[in-house]
Amino acid sequence: MTRLMVALSALVLALFCLSLLVGPARIAPADSLLGLLRGGLDPVAMVMREIRLPRAILAVLVGGSLGLAGAAMQGYLRNPLAEPGLIGVSASAALGAVIAIQSGLAAAFVLGLPLMALAGALVGVMLVLVLAGPRGGALTLILAGIAISAMAGAITQLVLNLSKNPFAVNEIVFWMMGSLADRSLTHVWLALPFTLLGWLVLARLGRGLDALTLGEDAAATLGVHLGRLRLLLVLGTACVVGASTAVAGTIGFVGLVVPHLLRPLVGAQPSRLLPASALGGAAMVLAADIAVRLVVPERDLKLGVLTALVGAPLFLHLIYKTRKEQP
Amino acid sequence: MSVLELQNLSVSLRGRQIFRDVALSVQKGEMVGLIGPNGAGKTTLMRAALGLVAHGGHSSLAGMTPMARARAVAWMPQSREIAWPVSIEALVRLGRMPHHGARLSAEDHAAVARALDHMGLGDMRSRTVTRLSGGEQARALIARALAQETDLLMADEPIAGLDPAHQIATMQMFQRLATDGRAVLVSLHDLGLAARHCARLVVLGQGGIQADGPPAKVLTPDLLARVFGITAYHAQTPQGHIFQPLEVL
Repeated sequence: MTRLMVALSALVLALFCLSLLVGPARIAPADSLLGLLRGGLDPVAMVMREIRLPRAILAVLVGGSLGLAGAAMQGYLRNPLAEPGLIGVSASAALGAVIAIQSGLAAAFVLGLPLMALAGALVGVMLVLVLAGPRGGALTLILAGIAISAMAGAITQLVLNLSKNPFAVNEIVFWMMGSLADRSLTHVWLALPFTLLGWLVLARLGRGLDALTLGEDAAATLGVHLGRLRLLLVLGTACVVGASTAVAGTIGFVGLVVPHLLRPLVGAQPSRLLPASALGGAAMVLAADIAVRLVVPERDLKLGVLTALVGAPLFLHLIYKTRKEQP
Repeated sequence: MSVLELQNLSVSLRGRQIFRDVALSVQKGEMVGLIGPNGAGKTTLMRAALGLVAHGGHSSLAGMTPMARARAVAWMPQSREIAWPVSIEALVRLGRMPHHGARLSAEDHAAVARALDHMGLGDMRSRTVTRLSGGEQARALIARALAQETDLLMADEPIAGLDPAHQIATMQMFQRLATDGRAVLVSLHDLGLAARHCARLVVLGQGGIQADGPPAKVLTPDLLARVFGITAYHAQTPQGHIFQPLEVL
């Protein structure tokens, strides 16, 4: 393991612990960590296990997913501006969630919303695969993804537009900003299998993505099966992004900024960027989720709003640096 | 021993026939130059031989599994794509991908070092490849294909954009590969370098192979007029073949 991976792992671990210690219930650090180990109906233990622990775990799952999927997508498309939402999965998952809120399914039972979001992601990814066709080109995949994103976005707007229920509209708008507040271990158990499966699939794409550095023709003659690579990329991304959106809403900029930020530190090799970016994404979402609790604790600042607020200027700075390096 | 066998190879793209019934056989130890005017289908012929475009007829490479093909032939496309600012060494290592498992073996490292030395890149191995000049990038990409150490090397205009010294050095290096018992099929636009360095030239034009043989037999005034539409000065001198295109007909 390289020094960078050790440093990133340590950062994720430190932020994970910090995330467990920060919250509106004022519990001393030692008590809160002890509370985790203590079972029973003790209030401190309840707060820790039912509120803070799920939140911290979800931050790692969601952040790791977005970072990993972003790195894989950029590697596949050989474009530093690509992000996991590009194949339309997050937009279609969001549409599923919006329908769940509007129809009252989300209020009817706890998993109504995330399950509908997962169903939305599934429909979205099927449509993208059908539209993109069987031959392994990158261009058709982007175009299909943009079309699905636009379509899902338009239907979401339509639901908002025609909704007669102002409470549902309010809830939809806030849900779409993305948040990890008030999630339970049930959410963790729902997201975990899809996330781990997606991680497993995406983490194995490193070699193929490395070969794609030389373009599709050269990669194919280096033994890479381009059609299979694209299928695995789409399915892996759908798993992790679908699960992330289902439990946390849409969180932008993590999948775009994190790979970009870490690329120079791994010698720009896509295979080395994958694990680094997963850890970096986890660290970024953990940090952002701690920040939303510290900056304005009395108002429910949304995680997605903060990542975009921090991410966009960071991205501008990167663009500025890139511009200076060019002749 | 044959490393490439094409029979009745035909390609049509969007209803237009590029070429038909191409037969070609390349043996170990051969350095074959593929020449022809723009649009004759040199690139398409090589990609069809590799199985990268839909084709009719038979190619010995196209039927292989991707991994088997990667160990049989190294392909250097004309578009010199390098997507990320990796080091030269990381780029050349990609050529070992069909050979190694999770980690590079000592033999892989040796092959990378040989390829770097062949292209005169040994001292530059840690430099970022996207910051190099076009010619240096081309040399790095040739080194990548060399590192694959396959019996057949196929390269699409590998020397376009190189300075004269590196053009000649690259052609001589290909010749050495052939002398060492491997085979090289290389498409070229510079007929002078093709005549000097290739023992065998294959001329593609007008939908098929127009000539196949040693340069002196292939580059006749009649063929040059018919396929390329030019006249040329061609002489056998003590310094080897001298070929200089002169006028457009």
